[in-house]
Amino acid sequence: MIELEGLTKRYGEKVAVDDLTFTVRPGIVTGFLGPNGAGKSTTMRMILGLDHPTAGDVRIDGTHYDRLKDPLTYIGALLEAKGAHPGRSAYHHLLCLAQSNGIPTRRVHEVLDAVGLTAVARKKAKGFSLGMGQRLGIAAALLGDPRILMFDEPVNGLDPEGIHWIRTLMKSLAAQGRTVFVSSHLMSEMALTADHLVVIGQGRLLADTSMAEFIERNSRSWVRVRSPQRERLLDVLHQGGITAVESGDGALEVDGSKAEYVGELAARHRLVLHELSPQQASLEEAFMQLTAESVEYHAHTGPPGPPQQWGDGWKRG
Amino acid sequence: MAATQVVRSEWTKIRSVASTVWTLSLAVVVTIALGMLISALSRSEFDSMSTRDRLSFDPTFISFAGMSLGQLAMIVFGVLVVSNEYSTGMIRASLAAVPKRGTFLFSKLAVATALALVVSMATSFAAFFLGQAMLGEHKASLGDEGVLRAVIGGGLYMTLIALFSMGVAAMLRSPMLSLGILMPFFFLISNILGNVDATKKVGRFLPDQAGSRIMQVVPPLDDDTPYGPWGGLGIMALWVAAAILGGYVLLKRRDAQ
Repeated sequence: MIELEGLTKRYGEKVAVDDLTFTVRPGIVTGFLGPNGAGKSTTMRMILGLDHPTAGDVRIDGTHYDRLKDPLTYIGALLEAKGAHPGRSAYHHLLCLAQSNGIPTRRVHEVLDAVGLTAVARKKAKGFSLGMGQRLGIAAALLGDPRILMFDEPVNGLDPEGIHWIRTLMKSLAAQGRTVFVSSHLMSEMALTADHLVVIGQGRLLADTSMAEFIERNSRSWVRVRSPQRERLLDVLHQGGITAVESGDGALEVDGSKAEYVGELAARHRLVLHELSPQQASLEEAFMQLTAESVEYHAHTGPPGPPQQWGDGWKRG
Repeated sequence: MAATQVVRSEWTKIRSVASTVWTLSLAVVVTIALGMLISALSRSEFDSMSTRDRLSFDPTFISFAGMSLGQLAMIVFGVLVVSNEYSTGMIRASLAAVPKRGTFLFSKLAVATALALVVSMATSFAAFFLGQAMLGEHKASLGDEGVLRAVIGGGLYMTLIALFSMGVAAMLRSPMLSLGILMPFFFLISNILGNVDATKKVGRFLPDQAGSRIMQVVPPLDDDTPYGPWGGLGIMALWVAAAILGGYVLLKRRDAQ
């Protein structure tokens, strides 16, 4: 269990993490979601005692991180892919970490085997691909057979096979009753792995909810209809007690009705339909709405302004 | 967490990277080879020396002449041992494994210093014996007064240079910045400050100027240095202690970036 209480981190004027209070529970995968720059990594570094909080407190199983005897046996973390000396072999990287926490050498071979790096164990880390680096980081996290595991953006830069492997691993770790805390900036990724969701934006807590509840609350469904006989369709829908709104591209959107019902209604009135499709708002959209105000770096999504006529001045001159 | 665990871990770290071997070998080879060369040159020049120079002729000190260059490799060793943690991102894994930062830093320094001491002592004795062999009839022997002290002192001097570099690297974190400051300082600036009359009074309290005093057996004729061999080494040790203390305080207070 990881407990955060009023955890705050300021860098001068800038607030990176703002009064975060939540608990990460055992037996489930807790997703830690937020746009880039929301403060996820800073929060995770404070959990590990790497960064000092400006205010507030964080405890691992009720204890401060630096009070843990052999901390790797309580909590294992993957912070980033390239966290190893490039000139050191995977085996020695894990061995030095194991020795510092009194973990037997046998365990180094076990975790190398578990992540599939046994064949390259004696190779220097500089020759590792991003995926292999990620596996080495995960091996280090598993080294002390800890009850709590923390992964910062574990699927970043991985190929589909690696992504699948990590998802399965996180689920199986949670199924063993361990606490699994994983950060991501992708809602779609979280929807596949997380049971619980903690959402932050600009360092502030935006949601702390179960995945099921989040989906239920944020999933709007509607039916999209397109017909060359648009006006008649509107009348028919209106008579059927259905309100339709225009979607802007000539199609109509019908909220809260089944596509079957709309289709049958149109058929009864011998209307031609060019499109009849059930739609579901993606969780990605729900997430973007939730964090819209707290995104640090906005891309300009509006239509670009009229191009400047710089050529005119040249012609006139 | 027992400190012995962390010491074992640091020993694994230091022996599993190539930079340890090449920096230390370079320190050994350069110190000995350059010492032999300068010893051989001094022997052939002895006859054409003035009486004054002959009186202050210090065969022991001459055989350590290679240290001025060899210590640069020792500096690289000391800097890399500490700053590699930061430049590779390993520091986060290291401090997550050993959150007691004092235990982490002092175990690392203990292991690196012990290794540097063994190598430096061997280098110092080898540089002395091989240098004396080159000096021929002008050689000193280990039994002469002050010679054994100078040879052991040479090993201590090189070890302290490495330890000083570790302290500076712990403060500065970046290997490039640490080397960029330490290399020109010990190779040029300190020598200039210690030998130019205007700055000599202050310059001779710099770590290498004070520390190298212990390798002198025959002091220069008009010697007015206000400290003896062990006093000089003590001044150097104070510099080293200050660098390590600075490194420890900053490591303790800073975020592990």
